[in-house]
Amino acid sequence: MLASLENARLLAGGQSLMPMMNMRYVLPDNVIDLNAVQELAGIDIGAEEIRIGAMTRQRALLQSDELATVAPIFREALNFVGHLQTRNRGTVGGSLAHMDPAAELMGLAMLMDARIGLSGSSGPREVSIADYPLGYMTPCIEPDEILTHVRFNRWPSGHGYDFQEFAQRHGDFAIVGAGALLTLDANGIVDRIAIALIGVDDAPIRLDDAETLLVGAPPSDKLICEAAALASGRPMMQDALVSEAYRQHLATVLVRRSLRRAVDCTKRLGHG
Amino acid sequence: MADPGQSHRTIRLTVNGKGCEADVEDRFSLADFLRQKLDLTGTHLGCEHGVCGACTVLVDGEAIRGCLMLAVQADGRNVQTVEGLAADDGSLNELQQAFMNCHGLQCGFCTPGILMTMTAFLKDHPAPSEEDIRVALSGNICRCTGYETIVQAALDAARALRGAASS
Repeated sequence: MLASLENARLLAGGQSLMPMMNMRYVLPDNVIDLNAVQELAGIDIGAEEIRIGAMTRQRALLQSDELATVAPIFREALNFVGHLQTRNRGTVGGSLAHMDPAAELMGLAMLMDARIGLSGSSGPREVSIADYPLGYMTPCIEPDEILTHVRFNRWPSGHGYDFQEFAQRHGDFAIVGAGALLTLDANGIVDRIAIALIGVDDAPIRLDDAETLLVGAPPSDKLICEAAALASGRPMMQDALVSEAYRQHLATVLVRRSLRRAVDCTKRLGHG
Repeated sequence: MADPGQSHRTIRLTVNGKGCEADVEDRFSLADFLRQKLDLTGTHLGCEHGVCGACTVLVDGEAIRGCLMLAVQADGRNVQTVEGLAADDGSLNELQQAFMNCHGLQCGFCTPGILMTMTAFLKDHPAPSEEDIRVALSGNICRCTGYETIVQAALDAARALRGAASS
């Protein structure tokens, strides 16, 4: 249908497309409603990975106790996604396809090295999250493709996690958000860590320099602060309301808090 | 570009417990449909882009933004609006009564959206804390009250509903 119809848009949850249509930013001649396509929804938790169908409602991610057990960062992050009304319709695939710079689901995908499933007239394919964003609100989805699913790798049981963001009101788009996942070995040394920021660039970024600093080291507060400070060295977006310097400062603070909470939580949960 | 008025279809849905059938343009929003086709003007349009919550209605029991759903997507669904809250004889339900008692509204523009949000929320969370209610209300904007009386009304309603449930 996508390939044959002129000026067509896919309608998933509608929580991003409908506002754009209401404001006449987007004027499709045809709207293809995916809401009846049941096969595109579902949360599949395997031993190594979590596969989430594109039409899975954000509410379903929030409510899934199984998901909260194996990947508790989802529940933390999903609480920040819009409001309860928008989560009842909004979908995982819709958020990923829309690619707002502050999208929490994009942040989780970047944090967890996700793979995005696409399908079009040339057949199904998967793209790593690193290759997925092409530019501002532009993912590498071909005109005749739909996003079918996303696959996240599972982290070991007892891993430390945290997701937090700053917005002016609860549910507003994040000015900056930070997510962290880590594991400590039996000696309390960081053996694996991922840190991501949303709201700072076209797509979420991984703080690989901060990750490198922490891997193989005990996560002392001094080292956490040093690692967080690396965020302020990154170029960040600026807009009419928020300067780059403000975002850099905010990012540093959020990463520091995120790392502290992730370390505390893995110590509480036990590691391995 | 195709003439926008050309694409339409028949939908059959239940609104406040009553079946209804209508021919609607594909581009008609659910909120506009309720207001213009069914004369249910209790559902209000505040921003029409999904942030204010004044258009909140229940579809299959879930609170959703009426301005962000197309009427055609409600085909086969169960829709509840603020007009469906009071009993047939006009007596207010526990939630409405609590809002009246606590002065949980002034101009009333945001109120239908808040009542529908709270109807769904209190069903899923019968014993919420004040913080829970404030977070649940974050998708509804009120310009008049400063939210204090709304939160109080919601807490009172939760108490009343728990009382009614246990009796």
